[in-house]
Parts: sequence; C-alpha cells; structure tokens
Amino acid sequence: MTALQTVCLLAVAVAGTATVLTREPLRQAVASGSLGLALSVLFLAFGAPDVALSQIVVAGVAVPVMVLLALAKIRTVDRAAAREDADER
Amino acid sequence: MSARARLVLGLGSLAGLGALLVWAVGGLPDFGHPRGPYADLAPRIMLDERHVANAVTGITFDLRGFDTLGEELILFVAALGAAVLLRAQRTEGEIEEAAAYEERRGPGTADALRALGAVLVGPTLLLGIYVVVHGALTPGGGFQGGVLLAGALLLVYAAGQVAAVERVRPASLVEVADAVGAAAYTLVALAGLVFGVAVMDNVLPYGTTGSLLSGGTVPVLSVAVGVEVTAGVTLILSEFVDQMLLRSRRGD
Repeated sequence: MTALQTVCLLAVAVAGTATVLTREPLRQAVASGSLGLALSVLFLAFGAPDVALSQIVVAGVAVPVMVLLALAKIRTVDRAAAREDADER
Repeated sequence: MSARARLVLGLGSLAGLGALLVWAVGGLPDFGHPRGPYADLAPRIMLDERHVANAVTGITFDLRGFDTLGEELILFVAALGAAVLLRAQRTEGEIEEAAAYEERRGPGTADALRALGAVLVGPTLLLGIYVVVHGALTPGGGFQGGVLLAGALLLVYAAGQVAAVERVRPASLVEVADAVGAAAYTLVALAGLVFGVAVMDNVLPYGTTGSLLSGGTVPVLSVAVGVEVTAGVTLILSEFVDQMLLRSRRGD
C-alpha cells in the first residue's frame, strides 16, 4: 500500500467520523459532502477513476443538493406552522 | 434500559462488528490479484473484440448492458414518481407566479456567489458533454456526464437566476428528453434482437480502438444514458426547487 493510499484511507476515516459526530443537519450535509470527496480521491488512489467520477457527481453534487432542498422545505413548513400557532393564540 | 446498559450493549456490538470487519478484510485477495478469470478476461474482451479503450464503460454498456437497462429505467421511474407526487400538490400557473415573484424580490445570494455560479456554468456544460461522448475512451460515461450536465443547470439556480432556470428548462422539453433517452436505450437493446442474435447484442461496426465512435453500440448507449440522466436528475431537482419557491411564496 502506498503512502497516498494510507493518507486517503485516514482522510475517509476522519471525514466519516466527523459526519457521524455532526448533529446539525445543515452542517452534516456539508460534512457528508466532504466524506464523498475523500472517498472519490480514495477510489482514484486505488486505480478506479470511473468509480471516482461517479462518487464525485453523486456524493459531491446530487446528495448534498437533495439534502439541502429537503431541509429548506422542512424549515419553511416549520416556520408556517409556528406562525399558525402564534395566530391561534 | 439504563443509559449504562445501552452504552455497554452499543460498545459490545461495535467491537463485534469491528472484529468481523477486520476478519473479512483479512480474507480479501491481495490488491491487484483478484480471484477468478473475469477480472482479466473482461478488459481483454472489451479491447480485442469490441475495440473499447475504457473497459469499465464497455462492461457497463456491453457485457453487462442488460443490468444498465434496468438501472436506467429505475432512474426514469424515480423521476416520474417525484414529478407526479410533487405536482399533485399544486395548481396550474402557480409555479410561474412564484418564479415571477421571486424574480421581483431580487436575488438573495451574495454577488460573489452569483458571479462564481455564472462563470462555472459554461465549463461545467462542456465537461459534462465531454464525459458523456468520451465514455468509451476515458473514465466516465453517460451517467457521470449526465449528472454533471444537470449540475450545470443547478449552478444557474445557485447564481440566483430563478426565472432564467424556468426558461432554460421548459418542463415539457425535460420530460421529452427523459423519455427519449430511456426509449433510445431500450430500442438499441431491442435492435440486438432484430439485427443480431440476442437483446443487447452489439450490432454496430466496432470501429478503430481509440476513435470517438469505437465500440459499436457502446458510445450510442452512453449518449442515450447521458440524455436520460441529465433530464431525469434535472426533473427531480427542479421539482424540488419549484416546491421550495412555492413554499417561500406561500410563506410570505
């Protein structure tokens, strides 16, 4: 195993742990994006550029965007519910 | 169950899982020395018989092309499902109204972010097209390039151009492209049955290894998947964006 592969494995371990330990969803979306990018560099270091490309587009683009859009929707729903509560009182 | 008992149970399970993982990884074949003949045979078949330089895309669209047909249709149905579910919640014309409102209200994003988004749109589009059409030659292919192309549209949105997004992705065009991509793959698969001996048979001339049109049906299928994935991911993301616009309009 080369030094680059070792560094990549360690980076994935750190990013994965950081994603699990992050509690706030917005920060977690960013943390999981960095985990995805670390994984894609790992795949590249292990000689799988095709998998690395898929990893970049899915974990770096598609998943964080879907999480962020879903969060935005949940927050507007929460705000609307809070306003309705205030109106009733 | 007390917190202490939960902690003991959790740590015990983690230790067990860790031991199993170490055991499993220890039993893997050495890196670069896979067991079985497939790993050596597949790239050789792709290069010698199909003239495909990038064996991974070759396997995806030729040797295992039938799997890819299923995967492509999964994405097609997923996009369809997301659109049907989200559109059921709103009435005609509501989106246009919400987009116009958002446009009047002006961009809520910083100028630097908008400039960066606008600058990145062109290169991202170009890179996406490159990755789609060079699937048989270099790493990449229809799927990766398709998500990149959909990402370019997302950059337009990130640049704060909601109305521009509504214009560049007419919903009907995106839907038609989604269906055309899925249908093209299925038709190429059936062409193998009509002109060859089986479904997914590679019936086109293989060409010269390393040229853009080498690999027979492989580059054709790569482009078909590229169109389908671009449209499918764009459809899913824009339905989410529409929903968000609507919420912010109703919320005010």
